[in-house]
Amino acid sequence: MTGFEGATLAIDLLNITLLTILFVVAIAIARLRSLFAIVMLSGIYSLVSATWFVALDAVDVAFTEAAVGAGISTALFLGAMVLTSRTAKAEKGATRLVPLLVVIATGAVLIYATIDLPGFGDPTSPANTGVGVAFLERTYPEIAIPNVVTAVLASYRGFDTLGEVGVVFAAGLAVTLLLGFGERSLGATVRREDRMTALKDDEEES
Amino acid sequence: MKGDHHVILRVVAKALIPIIALYGFYVQFHGEYSPGGGFQAGVILAVSVILYSLVFGIAPAMRAITPGFARFIAGLGFILYIGVGVWALAMGGNFLDYDALFREEPGGHLGQHTGIIIIELGVLFAVAGSMVTIFYAFAGRVSEIRDEDW
Repeated sequence: MTGFEGATLAIDLLNITLLTILFVVAIAIARLRSLFAIVMLSGIYSLVSATWFVALDAVDVAFTEAAVGAGISTALFLGAMVLTSRTAKAEKGATRLVPLLVVIATGAVLIYATIDLPGFGDPTSPANTGVGVAFLERTYPEIAIPNVVTAVLASYRGFDTLGEVGVVFAAGLAVTLLLGFGERSLGATVRREDRMTALKDDEEES
Repeated sequence: MKGDHHVILRVVAKALIPIIALYGFYVQFHGEYSPGGGFQAGVILAVSVILYSLVFGIAPAMRAITPGFARFIAGLGFILYIGVGVWALAMGGNFLDYDALFREEPGGHLGQHTGIIIIELGVLFAVAGSMVTIFYAFAGRVSEIRDEDW
């Protein structure tokens, strides 16, 4: 008796609690019509799933989910929401049923796929015997930084990360080109106002 | 701003924004020891700018971080990243092969460390700049967000 059984029970309870919260929030998002509430609830959804990722020892993923999902996308959704109406229209008839069927079918396929997955933390699983171990052994002698995730992301898979940065940059570029005219005119207005106040100050001084 | 009922929000945001930005830099420069790195740090830095513009209005935010500066930073980050790859090419290695940066003997880590620091800076600049640019593009279309808009 090492007390380990108690720990697994606690972890199970934690997982069940977090997943229940996620489920409730998801149902609420699906049923709500107020866009502001939906944006806020999706932020909460990201935050709770980040907590769940911490419970699964995926700290880097949790961090990204908290920063990107709960932080920036909530803010961007708010910015986009101000441009449109505040409530979504309720769907009628068959359009309500089709998404439900798609979700149930996808969920069933995903649950069927979990049957083949190795158990959580299984030391004989492919992830824990193949390249994962190789990276853990090679990273310190080759790169000499303690965080293996950073080493893999920035060095071993540097080309991948370059692609990701390119995608983010291209997204920023595309949004500016498509929607940026309001921003450019507002930026020009701000600059003009600043110049006017500066001119006025100069005149008052002279 | 007489009768401003957002005074608590403004006071709290004023205290929090520097801490958020500082935390972003911590995540960036501590990325080799703890979770995080350029992506998360860039997003956190962008959030500090976005929070400022949500609370104090978009025009003051555009005075502090001009849209042109945000776009410039985004491009600069991407160029920095590619620059490291071209540097490695110029030193006779493969694209983004950090070991070639200083033509070190096997076992030397200076090239790896330099390469990782520069590309993480590139990621930080590109992500922070792009996120602020995207937010400005959305938020810049309405001149001022009124209370009843929420």
